[in-house]
Amino acid sequence: MAVDVRLLGEAFDPAEAVRAFAAAHLQSGGVVSFIGQVRGGDDVEALELQHYAPLTLPAMQALGADIAARWPLDGVLVVHRYGVMLPGEPIVLVAAASRHRRDAFAAADYAMDHLKAESWFWKREKRGGQWAWVQPREQDYSDLARWG
Amino acid sequence: MLLGRLADAAGGELAVEAGPWGEVLASLPLALQQALAGTRWRMACNGGLVGDPSTLVLQAGDELALLPPVSGG
Repeated sequence: MAVDVRLLGEAFDPAEAVRAFAAAHLQSGGVVSFIGQVRGGDDVEALELQHYAPLTLPAMQALGADIAARWPLDGVLVVHRYGVMLPGEPIVLVAAASRHRRDAFAAADYAMDHLKAESWFWKREKRGGQWAWVQPREQDYSDLARWG
Repeated sequence: MLLGRLADAAGGELAVEAGPWGEVLASLPLALQQALAGTRWRMACNGGLVGDPSTLVLQAGDELALLPPVSGG
């Protein structure tokens, strides 16, 4: 089972990453992907994700291993940005490939809940020229609690 | 090393004297002490998480990181 975890400081193309991931797992009947992008259309001008190098990537790799142990997947891909992003830019991509679709859906859902509530990232938004830190939402913790 | 809004509370990175965490904490800017008192946070020393900050004795050259609640994804 292939676990591919990447922490990127530069923009990436999630569609190309999913295409390559699916092509690398031709034996999988199902490939599920989730893309998180900077919300546009409201007054957010930019988003910045800060990370702490000694913890952030190692914890993402541990999450990948955890997912691999929980579901019979053929592969899992986790790509997460840090740095400054503009509306519409991808922040995170999670993809899971499995023989049957339900395992892939569950694995991608689990990965996102853990990235949102447990990964070592700090997010701030720029509105009206002013940066403000984003507090974690209660919903993020209750989403996480679903997994027991 | 200060992450997230704790960096804003301190006005940037700080150099502190070596010693027990209680003494280090007392030497921090008041705004940072207040920010720490008002939130859950974790600590890392030289890149490794510290389970119980009260047991930490900072050595010269150590890098201490104060980590506020995360918000990723």
